[in-house]
Amino acid sequence: MSIEIQGVHKAFGEQQVLRDVNLSLPGGELTALLGPSGCGKTTLLRILAGLEAPDAGEVRFGGEPIHDRTARERNVGLVFQHYALFRHLTVGENVAFPLRIRKRPKDEVAARVQELLGLVQLEGLARRYPHQLSGGQRQRVALARALATQPKVLLLDEPFGALDARVRQELRRWLRRLHDELHVTSVFVTHDQEEAFEVSDRVVLMNAGRIEQVGTPSQVFEEPASPFVMRFLGAVNVFRGRVDDGRAYVGDLEFSATATASGAGRAPAHVFVRPHELEVSLGAVPGSFAARVERVVTLGSAVRVELKAPPYGDRLEAELDPRRVQSLGLKAGDQVHLSPRRVRVFAGRDAELDSLTASNL
Amino acid sequence: MTVSGGPLLDAARTGEPLAGPPELAVAALAGDRGGGPRPRAASAPHLAFRRVTEDPPWVRRGLIALALLFLGAFLLVPAAAVLWEAVRGGADLWWKAVSEPDALSAIKLTLLVAAISVPLNTLFGVAAAWSLTRFRFRGQNLLLSLIDLPFGVSPVIAGMVTILLFGAQGIFGAWCQAHGVKIAFAVPGIVLATVFVTFPFVARELIPFMQQQGTEEEEAALVMGASGWQILTRVTLPNVRWSLFYGVILCNARAMGEFGAVSVVSGHIRGLTNTIPLHVEILYNEYAFRASFAVASLLFLLALVTLVVKKAMEWRQHAERVAASRSEA
Repeated sequence: MSIEIQGVHKAFGEQQVLRDVNLSLPGGELTALLGPSGCGKTTLLRILAGLEAPDAGEVRFGGEPIHDRTARERNVGLVFQHYALFRHLTVGENVAFPLRIRKRPKDEVAARVQELLGLVQLEGLARRYPHQLSGGQRQRVALARALATQPKVLLLDEPFGALDARVRQELRRWLRRLHDELHVTSVFVTHDQEEAFEVSDRVVLMNAGRIEQVGTPSQVFEEPASPFVMRFLGAVNVFRGRVDDGRAYVGDLEFSATATASGAGRAPAHVFVRPHELEVSLGAVPGSFAARVERVVTLGSAVRVELKAPPYGDRLEAELDPRRVQSLGLKAGDQVHLSPRRVRVFAGRDAELDSLTASNL
Repeated sequence: MTVSGGPLLDAARTGEPLAGPPELAVAALAGDRGGGPRPRAASAPHLAFRRVTEDPPWVRRGLIALALLFLGAFLLVPAAAVLWEAVRGGADLWWKAVSEPDALSAIKLTLLVAAISVPLNTLFGVAAAWSLTRFRFRGQNLLLSLIDLPFGVSPVIAGMVTILLFGAQGIFGAWCQAHGVKIAFAVPGIVLATVFVTFPFVARELIPFMQQQGTEEEEAALVMGASGWQILTRVTLPNVRWSLFYGVILCNARAMGEFGAVSVVSGHIRGLTNTIPLHVEILYNEYAFRASFAVASLLFLLALVTLVVKKAMEWRQHAERVAASRSEA
């Protein structure tokens, strides 16, 4: 079932949490609401669930306005970060809860519970209590319970946030496979870029109550619409410069600026380079600048090289293949040359950049 | 040191066989005893240590002794004295004292007052805890403080208030007299005073517990289609049942044992407005010591029953969990 959100505003007291949010999600997709904490993503999810009412604007499920339907009447599935399982009920009773509330016949409830526990691969655990399960198992129970009434919309609020790293990894893949099986329209909230990219068809990036960009994971990563998106999706080197007539300048360096740099006529601008798009070489090449290696950090499959290159920047990062680092023989104190393979230019002053990233990046 | 020593100390305490060489175990024991002489400590000084967070033994023992002494002097000795005085004259005398008409009527009245005020305060406590932990509204903190008011004022004042409102010279006194409603110096007044005194118990037990639990489970139930009543009866109350039960038990114990407030409003009419505590006092003032202690022992039994029931519920809850974990797999 498709979801349309139009002009939604929400404030808690003085604090504006959502400002004119417009979003249209086609049915059957898994969408991630991604943003730093306090960006309004959870509030948006709760508005979809009916647990909060928007101050203004409209929400439609499958073209039908739902503002007059309470949370009980919307038939959405909701999964919480801390599972919210009923601790006095067994796993089986938890999953049966929404069905019993609806007064379904006993045989049907029992059969459906079995089916759902099979779906989340917890067949043998129907008689356990939540406190006897691991975090990953609890979250799967919560999911089975949320799916019990075959909701048209499934909402997940930081579903993996309380799990440790390895379980989180497993559960992400599992959720993705489950979604491919069921194709229920799903929206999940996360502040973890990796999680959003791995699980979702579509990513909605939010910041300070606004939507910054909507797109597939590769779209938002390759073509970030704003400095915020650029900075939020992984590490990035920022150079201060200016933009003039489709060209960007940083010191002596010159880059071609794309249409995203709206500033014309020598406007101040920022040039962003991802660490893996910063080439390191021992000798100078056209378009390169000198830098000194400060530290070489092995991250496993990649090596992070921290560099200092006055006046361009004191804390630059490049990410290299370990073999490349070996062949260059890089170590702290070495003099090298850096050349950006790919840059993204956004017009704007420092202050604007800071205000965009105010939410603690 | 701490990492390797921790299990060793535990083993030494629980008396489990130690895997290491025997002199290590002795040294560990000496270390556990801490401040005392450590004959072996010199031969293996690196093992003679205490856990970082542990108090010296004399502090531990001193505190335990102090607590036991206090408990003995102020609880066990008086309790034993009451029981002893109650049964000293023999079972016949005891039975006579508690089964004479005035005593029986005091028992009945006490049960009646508790039967009215405890359910009322349970209802109020659940409502107050629910509204204070599930909604945000103006005056929330004021309400929270007001709930504590009966803890803060002397029960005598609760009695006085009832008289001031419903006594012959009271604000509603004239109305009461005109309509033939007796409140002060009658059962309704006793109930009112008891309700006033006991109303924080249930709410006070529930509020911190419900605050700590949060609202997620209730929100989950709501989204699953549960009505407000279904959420209350199937999610909230089962979750808080032990706190609620504990609050009810405390409330009941206080309702039955309340003296000050009831003493002011009762008027001490024998066979009519005497509760058990008042009856005990009257007997005592009349130098009927044996009878007085016999009736007092009833209140003491109530305390024991309260304790036992509470403990039994805890055991049952524990047993439920154990059974649940056994029945799986």
